[in-house]
This record gives sequence, structure tokens and C-alpha cells, in this order.
Amino acid sequence: MRLTRRTLVATGGTALALPFLNRAAHAQGRGRVVVVGGGFGGATAARALASLGHEVTLVERQPTYWTCPFSNTVLAGLNPIESIAFGYDGLSAAGVTVVRGEAQGIDTDASQVRLSDGSLPYDRLILAPGIDLRYDALPGYDEAASEVMPHAWKAGAQTELLRRQLEAMEDGGVVAIAVPENPFRCPPGPYERASLIAHYLKSTKPRSKVLILDAKDAFSKRPLFEEAWAALYPGLVEWVPVSMGGKVVGVDPATLTLMTDFAEHQVAVANVIPPQRAGGIADASGVADATGWCPVSPETFESALVPGIHVIGDACLAGAMPKSAFSANAQALVAAQAIDMLLRGETPGAPKLINTCYSLAAPDYAFTVAGVYQPVEGALAEVESAGGTSPVGAPPDVRATEADYARAWYATITGSVFG
Amino acid sequence: MRALVIVLAGLATSASAQGAPPGALSCTGCHALDAEATMPLGAFSAEEISAALADYRDGRRDATIMDRIARGFTPEESQAIAEWIADHADKE
Repeated sequence: MRLTRRTLVATGGTALALPFLNRAAHAQGRGRVVVVGGGFGGATAARALASLGHEVTLVERQPTYWTCPFSNTVLAGLNPIESIAFGYDGLSAAGVTVVRGEAQGIDTDASQVRLSDGSLPYDRLILAPGIDLRYDALPGYDEAASEVMPHAWKAGAQTELLRRQLEAMEDGGVVAIAVPENPFRCPPGPYERASLIAHYLKSTKPRSKVLILDAKDAFSKRPLFEEAWAALYPGLVEWVPVSMGGKVVGVDPATLTLMTDFAEHQVAVANVIPPQRAGGIADASGVADATGWCPVSPETFESALVPGIHVIGDACLAGAMPKSAFSANAQALVAAQAIDMLLRGETPGAPKLINTCYSLAAPDYAFTVAGVYQPVEGALAEVESAGGTSPVGAPPDVRATEADYARAWYATITGSVFG
Repeated sequence: MRALVIVLAGLATSASAQGAPPGALSCTGCHALDAEATMPLGAFSAEEISAALADYRDGRRDATIMDRIARGFTPEESQAIAEWIADHADKE
């Protein structure tokens, strides 16, 4: 019944590389597509559209992308930071023109993306900017504070910083994780993080504790996480919901203090996950609404506010779909299919999309939530007959099997997106 | 018994996004586009894939997660997905 532990490694994109059909292709319904943002959503869409013969340019600020999925295993010392780092050579080999730079703005009248040193014309534009952390939402928490109280909600240097703090902490310390209200990137992520930090502390600093200060009274996979904490880390993880005064309303980086309405928590390590919104280019281009996120068509992911611009991944308001790497990948493929049809003068039909999200509570203990989604009255709604979480009370071999599948999923998706 | 999760080896290039039926593109989130895999779906016919999806959907086959996903698709949708996968999976 067990999947073998053999790591799945993508063989790369050579099979995907179609001839780079440029102007000639354009005449046959091929188009120029610019993709802004090279995370799971943007990279997937760029690759899919290039393989369909379109002229695709991906604009990405960084030469290296560190995935948020599995970044909690890096925090726990289970994997090195290099294991979650990916470059863009695979996309280049797959026929995507990768431009390192930052989109300064969108000229929607001329259908051009402005860069610092020029502009890129497009027939269709995909924005996949992920999230911006709101440094105006939590008193005391600005970008400078994040160098002391890391969010580690964009992986990379922040992940390494939080890891170093955990390593340097003395036994007996309290590690606080401040969790914002919905919506935010990766709803189960803070609780996976608490679990894997507890896993690290249990073996190295067993008198320490993880304190989750939550702005919510419920969270994704809660019964499964609480079962795991009781079984694996008794006394090590404490969750304080908003109704028990869990919401962090201010921080003081100088003293590593988190303030709630009822108490001040001075801690050894403070991981502050602040409120979020769509990445900056979304606001600058007019596709974000007053919530800070981007309403889109559930059929094509075209912006409800600006025609010709599609928004995928964490930045978009995808109805019931959670903000996850799996969702971003699924949305990217649906958007790519729709854009291909639109460029060929066809009308996209109603899609179905899947989300699957693995959470590791320990290296050999994982569980999932899954959902199937379809457009209902203009928004993506969950198909009620489907989805849900792994069962509570499942035996250890089932949790171990799901942990193996979690690793297989990660190897597969990163291989197919970045390999 | 076959592995609970079938890992798609050669589920095509994403060029096959053209004509993919509803739901099919999401399969590649777990089942690789063009990766080596332990249980390539390229080895399966549309009938076998469709039967597996029906068994997951109706609870006749042990699963960790495919039961929860398969219930989101009608028999007709599942059949279309199975045919698309069989058409596009790498048969080598």
C-alpha cells in the first residue's frame, strides 16, 4: 500500500519546448503574453503558454525562488535552504523569455508593462504577484521590525533568519507565532509551522514552548493539528484563539514583545505573520479592489476590473479556493487554457479545479485537505460532494503514507514547474 | 494492490492544455507533466483510469485522498478526464 520512497525527479522541460513561434504564429492566433511574477502560478502559466506556441515573457525580480511549501521543514532543520531553491533556467529552456526586473506599472491603453528600462507589449497579461506583507496593519510591525521578528511568510532570507533564531534560542524559551485574520497565504501554514518547530524543540530544547497567538477562532485542519499536538508534542504547543485574547494588536521589536488586548507576551523568538494583500503591481494596475485582493472571472481568471489582465494565485479572489501553491498551479493551467482559446477566437468553457494541501506535523506524520471547485454564480464554489480532510483518528501508517505523498507531491510539482 | 496514489509519469506536455476537459489540468498538480514516476499512468488505458476514478468515487477502493477528489466529478466528467490522460500520457 505504500508508495516507494523513491524521490520523484522531473526530467526537465525539453519535451515541452516547442519551436518558438513568433510573428508567424501570431497570425495563426498565437499571441504575446507577459507574465509578471515567477512563483508557482506565474511560472506554471508561462510554461504552459510557451508550450502552446505563444510568445511568453516572464518578468521576475529575483534570480532564485524559494518555495513557501516545505519552508517549514527548513525552519525545523529537516532540510537545507537549498532544497527549496529554484532558478529559471528550466523555463528558459522551455521557451519562456525570462526578464529579470520589476514591473513598474501597466499601461492598459497601450497594453504594455512598464519596466525600469523599457516596456513589454502584450496581447494578454497575467499578473501573479503573490502577496505583499502589510507593514501598515500591525502597530510596531514594519519592514525593519521584520528583521527582528521575522514573518518568514515569503521564503528565503526570512526563513534563514527565523531558523538562526530558533537555533540560537536557549532551552526554555517561548517561540510565538502571530497569525492574522483570513484571508492570508496558506491557511494551514502557521499550524504546520508550529508543529515542525515543536518537532525541533522536542529533541533539542524540550523545556521550550510554541505559543500561537491567533486572530481567529478556527483554523484549517484544526482537529487534525490538535490531535497531532496531543500525540506528538504534549505541552509543547499552546493555541490562543481570538476569543481567548489571542489577537496580536501591536508589537515591540526592541523587547520582543507581542501585545494583545489582554496581555503582553515577551518571548525568545517572535514569528509575526502580518496581514497581507495582493502584490504591489496589482494595486498599481487597478486590478485590486478595496480588500487589497483581485476579483476575477472564475472561468478565465480575467480581472473583473481591467479587461485583458488575468490574475492568478495568492493575489486573486478565487472564491472558496484557498491561497496555496496547488491552487496557483491549477489556476495557472486553467488561465493558460482560457487565454490560448481567447487568442484563437474561441470561448472558454466552465472549468473545474482541484486544491490539495498537505501539512506535515512531523517527518512521518501528515494529513491533507482537498477540494474540488467550479464556477457558481460568478465565483468558484466548492463541489459539496467532494473534498474535506484526512480522517481524525487515523492510524500512524496512514499519517506516514501521507507524509511520503507530501514529499512526492513537492518533488513532482517543483519539477514540473521549475525543472 | 496498486499504490493508492497513481503518479502520472508522462502526463503529456502542457501543450495538451488545448482541449483538456474540466478538471483534467488540476491532476497534474500531483501527477507530473513529464517526470519519472513510480506508477506511470501511461501504462493504463482510459478504461482502467475511469474504473479507478469510479471506485474512488464510490468508496470501493482504499485511498488517502483520491476518494475525496473523485467525488467531485460525475461519471461523464471522470470518463473525459480518463480519456484525456490516456491520450496524452507518455506511452513509452
